[in-house]
Parts: sequence; C-alpha cells; structure tokens
Amino acid sequence: MDLVVNGDRHTLEMDPRTTLLDALREHLGLTGAKKGCDHGQCGACTVLLEGRRVNSCLILAVTLDGASVTTVEGLAHPVQEKFLEHDGFQCGYCTPGQICSSVGMLDEALSDDDPPELSDAEIRERMSGNLCRCGAYPNIVRAIREVAAR
Amino acid sequence: MKTFTYRTATALDDGLEPGATFLAGGTNLVDLMKLGVATPEVLVDVTKLPLDEVTDLPDGGLRIGAGVRNSDLAAHPRVRRDYPVLSQAVLAGASGQLRNMATTGGNLLQRTRCRYFMDATMPCNKHSPGSGCPARSGDHRNLAILGGSSSCIATHPSDMAVALTALDAVVQVSGPAGARSFPLGDLYLLPGETPHREFTLEHGELITAVDLPGGSGSSAYRKVRDRASYAFAVGSVAAVLTVAEGTVTDVRLAFGAVAPKPWRAHAAEEALRGRPATRESFLAAADAELAAAEPLRDNAFKITLIRNLVASVLEGLS
Ligand SMILES: Cc1cc2nc3c(=O)[nH]c(=O)nc-3n(C[C@H](O)[C@H](O)[C@H](O)COP(=O)(O)OP(=O)(O)OC[C@H]3O[C@@H](n4cnc5c(N)ncnc54)[C@H](O)[C@@H]3O)c2cc1C
Ligand code: SF4
Ligand code: FES
Ligand code: FES
Repeated sequence: MDLVVNGDRHTLEMDPRTTLLDALREHLGLTGAKKGCDHGQCGACTVLLEGRRVNSCLILAVTLDGASVTTVEGLAHPVQEKFLEHDGFQCGYCTPGQICSSVGMLDEALSDDDPPELSDAEIRERMSGNLCRCGAYPNIVRAIREVAAR
Repeated sequence: MKTFTYRTATALDDGLEPGATFLAGGTNLVDLMKLGVATPEVLVDVTKLPLDEVTDLPDGGLRIGAGVRNSDLAAHPRVRRDYPVLSQAVLAGASGQLRNMATTGGNLLQRTRCRYFMDATMPCNKHSPGSGCPARSGDHRNLAILGGSSSCIATHPSDMAVALTALDAVVQVSGPAGARSFPLGDLYLLPGETPHREFTLEHGELITAVDLPGGSGSSAYRKVRDRASYAFAVGSVAAVLTVAEGTVTDVRLAFGAVAPKPWRAHAAEEALRGRPATRESFLAAADAELAAAEPLRDNAFKITLIRNLVASVLEGLS
C-alpha cells in the first residue's frame, strides 16, 4: 500500500493488523506520535489525516491506501512556538499529540460556517481528547489562545 | 489481535461472507479487536462507499448517510438549526479526534462499555454466552436500571442514538435480500435470555442512512458524566417539546446510559401530553417512566439523576 507522510510517498508492506500509529513509529521511524493508551483514550497518538485530527492508534493502516498523513515532524505551525514560549509541557510525552490536535482544532474552528469564539472554556472542551498526565493544561490553553487570537 | 483479511465493500448489497464484519471508523471495532473481544476473520471496509452525505428529504426531513462522520454531522447547518438535540448529543460524545473518525452507522452499533464485556478473560453472557454476568454482584455503577434482565444489565453507550431516538429517526438498511427501513428503536434487542443478540440486522445487512422527519419542536440534550468532558454518560436525556399556551401539546423523550438501548420514555410522554408545562408535571412524567426501574446496589442514583435531568431539560425548553 501507498501512504503519503509529511509529503513523502512511501510504499509499505504490512500485516493488516498494523495501526497507523505502529506504521509511523515502527515502519517509518517517525516516533513523534506517541503510544499512550493504544485505545483512543489519551490523544498522545494524534496525527492529521487529510488535514483532520485523528487517533492513529485506532486506525488500521491498510484502510489508508493513498492517503495523506501529517505528523508533528511535518508541522511548522505558530502553535509550536507558543508551546515553547508558554511552557505548554513538562515531560513532553503528550506534546506531539497536543500540537497536532491544536492545529486540527484551530482549523476546525476557522473553517466553521458559524465560527465559535475560542474562550478558554471552549479551548478546553475542544482539546479534551488530549490528556496530560503532568497537568500542563493551563499553559497549553494559554499557548493555543494566543494563536487563536491572531 | 487475531489476524484477518481485509477488503473494501464495492456495493450496498455486497453482503458479508461468514465470519466477516463491516468496518467503518474503527473506533469501537478496532479497540475490541485489540482486546480480543471481537475476532472477525474478514474486515469489509465500508468507508469507501458513497454514504457520506447529508441530504434534504422532500417532506422537510433530513437523510444522514451512514458514513457521515460524527463531527460533520454535528456541524451540519441544518442539524444545528433544526435538530439542535442531535448536534448537542454528538458534540457531548467522545473527543474531537474520535468524532472525526466515528460514523453514523458505527455509532448506532457500538457495543457496551461494561468492563467485563471489554475483558475477554472475564465471564460475560454477552461475549461468552452462558458464562454468567459478573456485573450483577460486581461493578454495575454505570449499568442499566431499565430494560435489563437477570442475564445482562449492559447499557448502550451512545449519545447520538439517544437524540435520534427522541427525533423518531428511521434506519435504512440494504443487503443481499434487498432494502428495508424501520424505526431506530427496532434496531436494538433487549437482552432477555440472549444478551449476545443485540441488533435486529441480518448478517450482511448494511445501514445505509438514518432519516429524520421534518418539523420538530424545540429540542435539547443534556448529559451527566464523571468528568467535565471526554467521558461516557452516566445518564442523559434528549427531549423534543412543543408547548402551546402553557400546555404540552407534543413531547418526545429518550434516556441514555440507563438501558440496553437508547430508551424511549413512552410512559413519560403519555403522562405529559396535554398537561401544563410546569416542573411539577415534568417530575411526574419522569416518575411515570422510572416506576419500572430495577436498580441494583450501586446504580439507584440514576433514578434521581434522570428525574432531575428530565425536569431541567424540559424547563429549559418551555
Ligand atoms: C475513548 C472513547 C471515548 C468515547 N466516548 C464516547 C461518548 O462519550 N459518547 C458516545 O456516544 N460514544 C463515545 N465513544 C464511542 C464512539 O462514538 C464509537 O466508537 C463510534 O461512534 C463508532 O463508530 P465507528 O464508525 O468508529 O464504528 P466502527 O468501530 O467501525 O464499527 C462499530 C460497529 O458497527 C458496525 N458497522 C459500522 N458501520 C456499519 C454500517 N454502515 N452498517 C452495518 N454495520 C456497521 C461494525 O461492524 C462494528 O460492529 C467513545 C469511544 C472511545 C474510544
Ligand atoms: S452486564 Fe452484560 S455485558 Fe456486562 S458482564 Fe453482564 S452479561 Fe456481560
Ligand atoms: S495512544 Fe491513541 S489515544 Fe492513547
Ligand atoms: S507534559 Fe507530561 S504528559 Fe503532558
């Protein structure tokens, strides 16, 4: 099967049981997306599939022939600088997922027919699929809020 | 995970070979395959079928394709405008990422979150018929108070399905034997003595769409969960209400996370039609439905929870 990852086309041969997360990490050496729970419960594995944020641990790679995936390694987005500026992390394990998720979330808000106001409460709700065991939430919200305000 | 072969569905009436299962967003099925609870031999991917549109129906209603992603459904302008209960329910479920993957069809057919069901090493009448139900004496805090049986007290966990139930949704299915349609409530079976039989679909029958009738009253969804977001419901209420001159002329109510299926509260509706739209009658209506509740040691709180939710949702709408 073919998979375009961060703009590069790869031809992969894999067991059909391989998830997108394992394909990225084990077959393509892209270890940005993290395996937290492996069951859709933490968001550490979040990547962008055709520009939309998804949990790569619950997608079978075999279903994605020809699809285009962006991982944190392929991103250059203002939200990344803001995470650094505001200490949007402690251990950093959840961070690649937080970054991909916030990029997807900002895009969803921007392309909405009736764009929401991204208050802190709204950001928290929309980012609730990304858990942070270190509890860096206040700084994560701060970082996203600054990008959203622009 | 047990190994399987993979193919894509090519037509709505393709059907399924023995041992095969449809795969949509995979957010429930892939999870259960990892847990060893689902062990399909063939996965038939339905996401390449042209089922991802929301279209207007001639009677003013709406047809939602089975492949429409939950996030797209919640954001659809007509769903937001005419069926707010549905938009609210979808957005109350799961997370932004999961809603981008989850489909209408898959959401309706998702399995219970009963912890014993999700653990292939435990006895459970649903995943291993005849092995018993450890939830009865064990962890049943979030299991059913209505519609359960001595064999199983699992709850259906969907938020979306509760709103669709209150909206009188009709399910369209297609299979090798032809197409048919029926009210959403008829998709689900109560456990009785056969809790491993959950749906009325024949093997190979594909959900193609869900139809909503036009012209609803005002509507809303409220969900209570153990944390602020990204958690399954402990109890929820979907309501559609029409009030004229202080009197309830039409009401449709459905409860979530309290029964093996999204629970249409017919007794409550009956008790409320023609009554004054007051908190008093809302509570009396809730009581009429909840009189049938059979709580266990740790889930009796759901009776009070649903009672108060019914009153507050209906007060908000009247
Ligand atoms: C961490 C987590 C939290 C969640 N929280 C919530 C929540 O709060 N509220 C909520 O409502 N849900 C919640 N969910 C569940 C989620 O909504 C469902 O997993 C999802 O809707 C299933 O849709 P899917 O397309 O991914 O289905 P799949 O997993 O692909 O399929 C589910 C089932 O449906 C069958 N199927 C799929 N499409 C069709 C079709 N067209 N015709 C016939 N059969 C079909 C499949 O064979 C399978 O048996 C959560 C899930 C996770 C992992
Ligand atoms: S309640 Fe149902 S699903 Fe849960 S353990 Fe009992 S039989 Fe299994
Ligand atoms: S690893 Fe995918 S959600 Fe936790
Ligand atoms: S920074 Fe450690 S888990 Fe989020």
